Amino acid sequence: MSAHWLLPEAIEDVLPAEARRIETLRRKLLDDLELRGYQLVMPPLLEHLDSLLSGGGQDLDLRTFKLVDQTSGRTLGIRADITPQAARIDAHLLNRQGVLRLCYCGSVLHTLPAGFNATREPLQIGAEIYGHKGIEADKEIIWILNEALMICSLDTARIDLGHVGIFRALTAPAKVDDATEQALLAAMRSKDIPALTDLTAGMPDGIRNALLALPELYGGREVLQRARAVLPAMPEITTALEELQQIVDAMPNLPVGFDLADLRGYHYHSGIVFAAYHADSSSAVALGGRYDNIGEVFGRARPATGFSMDLREIARRAPLNVSRSAILAPWVMDDKLSLEVIRLRGQGEVVWIDLPGHEATRNETNCDRQLVLRDNKWVVESL
Amino acid sequence: MTITIALSKGRIFDETLPLLAAAGIVPAENPESSRKLIIGTNRSDVSLVIVRASDVPTYVQYGAADIGIAGKDVLIEHGGAGLYQPLDLNIARCRMCVAAPLGFDYANAVKQGARLRIATKYVLTARDHFAAKGVHVDLIKLYGSMELAPLVGLADAIVDLVSSGSTLKANNLIEVEEIMPISSRLVVNQAALKVKHDLLQPVIDAFKKAVK
Repeated sequence: MSAHWLLPEAIEDVLPAEARRIETLRRKLLDDLELRGYQLVMPPLLEHLDSLLSGGGQDLDLRTFKLVDQTSGRTLGIRADITPQAARIDAHLLNRQGVLRLCYCGSVLHTLPAGFNATREPLQIGAEIYGHKGIEADKEIIWILNEALMICSLDTARIDLGHVGIFRALTAPAKVDDATEQALLAAMRSKDIPALTDLTAGMPDGIRNALLALPELYGGREVLQRARAVLPAMPEITTALEELQQIVDAMPNLPVGFDLADLRGYHYHSGIVFAAYHADSSSAVALGGRYDNIGEVFGRARPATGFSMDLREIARRAPLNVSRSAILAPWVMDDKLSLEVIRLRGQGEVVWIDLPGHEATRNETNCDRQLVLRDNKWVVESL
Repeated sequence: MTITIALSKGRIFDETLPLLAAAGIVPAENPESSRKLIIGTNRSDVSLVIVRASDVPTYVQYGAADIGIAGKDVLIEHGGAGLYQPLDLNIARCRMCVAAPLGFDYANAVKQGARLRIATKYVLTARDHFAAKGVHVDLIKLYGSMELAPLVGLADAIVDLVSSGSTLKANNLIEVEEIMPISSRLVVNQAALKVKHDLLQPVIDAFKKAVK
């Protein structure tokens, strides 16, 4: 039996109803970003692997599909994340000295699905601010993420903040080797306190206790107080907690929480990181944070922060009704009819031309009205 | 909001009962006698789902259950993606071991560069263990009665959980190496910990207190 209809695993078609939901949200989000001064860019689907993987670490490498460029013999990658591409555009092509805001929306490919029910072809939409080191940029990007979720009517979402500077400050003096750092990161990400207990044996007590406390520093706004009490007063940690405090103070009405052991994209991020959660979702629906040094490999290190999310996933969650009924117009050569069709479409109505011979399958369409000729005038009547 | 706890029948369930009690949760039925897969509790906002031990991480990862209790053996094979594993519950303790027939010269068989046939249910664990020793292994995945494999010439040795060792003994096998001690862990869905924090945290705290 032929299975030409079969798609690869975790790859799916987007059918009309879903496509319309996705497209509606895409337009709303990009329009909103444009009004805020975020300029749309469209980076290529594939690039030299080295550029795509800049700063991304092993996770991104494993997630990226690779192929060989017949014209140069170099290895190409199909983008698994658009953020490094936007960073490349900022660092190397646009060369602004001041602040630059970019946004994008495009498909990316993952060799393995990122999570439960996740597609291997997410439609990544995101926004990035380059060129501002201060906390104001972090505030703006978190605020815009919240606005974006509201545009998608996902306002029950919760945004969890973290700061990679804390873990970095704690492990820097211990001078751990790469393998140990990987193991520490893995244990920290899964809040695996028993494994952390083993891994930190032999470290100075202050550092060890702080590393063991980190996985439990999650929850509501009270977490910052607890963190100040249990983490050592190293300057980097004090600064990190102060930055987080400024973010929550600036957004008293936002559903903000904390997880100081959230070290997703640790090799890539450099400051405040965040993840948005929704009640119906078994993993984060949007991710983001600061990544100040990624531009360096493209010739210019620039302060940077941004967020991105999978629009397909968002559209699936969004309580959005986009079903639209249509008007059926007969297939007749009549100037008056053509003018009426143009007039209706101008008002935003969907008008289908009824090609001859398909009367029997009208129930397959979503037309609930039709254009009929009454007293030499085309009028809309219910079907 | 409600919380769902994934558990497996048998030893893990029995040894979890005191922990649940510490959190003020008492199952309404015993899964050994009931055929129900969803079991209510004395708390209307807490229910238990009874699944195979090796399925517990999957249920929790996908959010079908908010928390669960799974052996370290199962978690290693699952990979732990999407899970927090904050607590060693110190229950259902046993050890992951290599076992071989009596008289098998294991020390000689695992010299660097050697090649060995290993039958196991725990493929990842076995691969990592022997890779770390520099020994090539041909892994034969089995779902049960591992002890039989060396006896019928299917494998040189097995990697399996050992509790009392009586099954090994009855089949003329001996434990030749301990890979790691095993006990059960609390696993938590990452999104649930954020979104249902107020409901889940007291349960986690109660478990933690009961373990210590």
